Amino acid sequence: MEVEAAMKSKISALNLEAEVSLFDTGCVGTCDLGPVVIVYPEGTFYVKLKPADAEEIVTEHLLKGRVVQRLLSKDADHVEVPSIFEHPFFAKQKRIALRNLGVINPESIDEYIAVGGYASLGKVLEMTQDEVIKLVLDSGLRGRGGAGFPTGRKWAFAKAVEADQKYVIINGDEGDPGAFMDRSVLEGDPHSVIEGLAIAGYAIGATQGYAYVRAEYPLAIKRLQIAIDQAREYGLLGKGIFGKFDFDLEIRKGAGAFVCGEETALMRSIEGMRGQPRPKPPFPAVSGLWGKPTIINNVETLANVPAIIQNGPFWYSSFGTETSKGTKVFALAGNINNTGLIEVPFGTTLREVVFEIGGGIPNGKEFKAVQAGGPSGGCIPASLLDIPLDYESLQKAGAIVGSGGLIVMDSDTCMVDVARFFLEFTVDESCGQCTPCREGTKRMLEILTKITKGRGTLEDITKLETLAKAITQTSLCQLGITAPNPVLSTLRYFRDEYLAHVVDKTCPAKVCRELITFDILPDKCTGCTICARNCPTHAISGERKQAHVIDQSACIKCGECLVRCKFDAVVKV
Amino acid sequence: MAINESCCCSAEEEAAVQAAINDFEPIRTNLIPILHRIQDELGQIPGWAMEAVADKLDIPLADVWGTASFYTMFDLKGRAKHIIRLCESPPCHITGAKKVLEALKDELGIEPGEVTEDGLFGLELVSCFGVCGVAPAMIVDHQVYGNLTPEMVPDVIAKYREG
Repeated sequence: MEVEAAMKSKISALNLEAEVSLFDTGCVGTCDLGPVVIVYPEGTFYVKLKPADAEEIVTEHLLKGRVVQRLLSKDADHVEVPSIFEHPFFAKQKRIALRNLGVINPESIDEYIAVGGYASLGKVLEMTQDEVIKLVLDSGLRGRGGAGFPTGRKWAFAKAVEADQKYVIINGDEGDPGAFMDRSVLEGDPHSVIEGLAIAGYAIGATQGYAYVRAEYPLAIKRLQIAIDQAREYGLLGKGIFGKFDFDLEIRKGAGAFVCGEETALMRSIEGMRGQPRPKPPFPAVSGLWGKPTIINNVETLANVPAIIQNGPFWYSSFGTETSKGTKVFALAGNINNTGLIEVPFGTTLREVVFEIGGGIPNGKEFKAVQAGGPSGGCIPASLLDIPLDYESLQKAGAIVGSGGLIVMDSDTCMVDVARFFLEFTVDESCGQCTPCREGTKRMLEILTKITKGRGTLEDITKLETLAKAITQTSLCQLGITAPNPVLSTLRYFRDEYLAHVVDKTCPAKVCRELITFDILPDKCTGCTICARNCPTHAISGERKQAHVIDQSACIKCGECLVRCKFDAVVKV
Repeated sequence: MAINESCCCSAEEEAAVQAAINDFEPIRTNLIPILHRIQDELGQIPGWAMEAVADKLDIPLADVWGTASFYTMFDLKGRAKHIIRLCESPPCHITGAKKVLEALKDELGIEPGEVTEDGLFGLELVSCFGVCGVAPAMIVDHQVYGNLTPEMVPDVIAKYREG
């Protein structure tokens, strides 16, 4: 914000307003380098800016045409990267869903139209509904929200049902921990999503749409509303779009319930009810919102649609693998150098994503695993780093593409603790309607907690597996059905870590508090007393210049001594 | 959880609730948008407001309460002036949310789910709100704070203490 203000005042001070267009964009995906400024047309990429730097960019680059070398991003060898197009973070990417992020001003419909926006809608209205559906089917586009169901097929189901009213819905209730692509697309390119939805509406014969966006995303809601208002003003929403089609769209805000991302729960929430899922069938395409045929598509899915119409289905299907066509947005989070959003063709390997685009693991630590697909997904260990990222390969490995969250974990991560965390999330977010999910996940969490506290038994591991199977087979919705996945996949790849907790009563990653102790190495301790002075429970004693000792019965294992010691004399064992 | 029975609403509060209700067509689909508006205006959804909504929409009060209590963003109890929501989802967890939580507990002298004695701060642990690129993160009211360290906590809190 301050950087923007500084730039703005400098630009106007130099009377450059007519030549320079300064605007806020959606996230370009490089959260760790922020704040960033990109100067087009060259794509000069300035990173980690302070307000004073912004002024320098204006006076040097914009006024005199000289690139400010010291503010450019650097590659792994600390060499300046001249433009965003050559930055290692972007070079391996293929941005289709994210094509306009960071390129156009999301609050300007004119800029969207200038890059070909709403032309696809116009083109579609010249086609028959069946032609549109066939085109989307041919592209191979599959739902990007998690399940990966072919989008064209979904549309065909809803088109086939006769009804006086049909609905299309944008699912923007993104909630998987570690996934934030829907937020970024709505914030950075809302018109693409609106256009995609209008095309879906035409294809199935719906005249009313809803955008269900979680309330935690206020900026996304604001920009989407601006975009809707602009589209109405331009006659691209409302009555008689291109003189041929009536379609309008209304935003509905979520209110803090993860389960509303499940499509039947989402529809109930729009109806004004508790967001609880119902059994399927009937599928929403047959009986959805208020009992009418309804199509619910994810934000990212819809953002792809105008590009597919514009460039043709076979252009899109030329990216990706045999069964996973096109590209996928992944969100990189956790212990990785370049956190942020990336979009790559399906089939790109996990190694390329983590080490080439993601820049590897920070602080010289080792890669341990990545959690793919959030709380419904599973972990992928280092031995499978060359796995191609596509629907089938990930499923075979016990994970899922899901919404595309990739949480990278380094060697300091305890996999039992991580599994426990994901389960804690599911327990919190279970709607409580069906017993396997409500009670079963709670019991699994209790067992995992017991194991991380060093009180687990071998029988507990068997119990976990039995419970997991029962929950998967009997839960009502996907939230419950997939809830045990993080436990099952960590058991599959990191069983030895579970056994260490249960049998040896140790935590190999030294995370679980009850299973570690802090010790002072007498030969390294100089007796500086800093640890003793900072110990919150006065558990450390010793004379000045003498080796100190920790009273294990008083130690609460907060780790303060380890952080404070300047001589590496405190160790975690 | 019981309905907050306190009826000592001011005339302004009552007017705000009526305005919220009257801005929407009184049909069920608008229940959640109306509740959102009341939450924004009053910082909570008191029992008397729910009664007014139930009357207007012509649905049972129990139904309004049942729906409102399902969604975590609706505050039916009336808590603190500033709500601090710290993300406890895995991307934040593995990047150090635990230490930030300790710092918050120290600074505020309360546990998650509690409110400070002066009613100024409430501390909550919440699920991912999608800013994993800057984990660990928290939201105070509507403001997001990212890349948190325990050292940053006192400064952030001080900002709100000063008002």
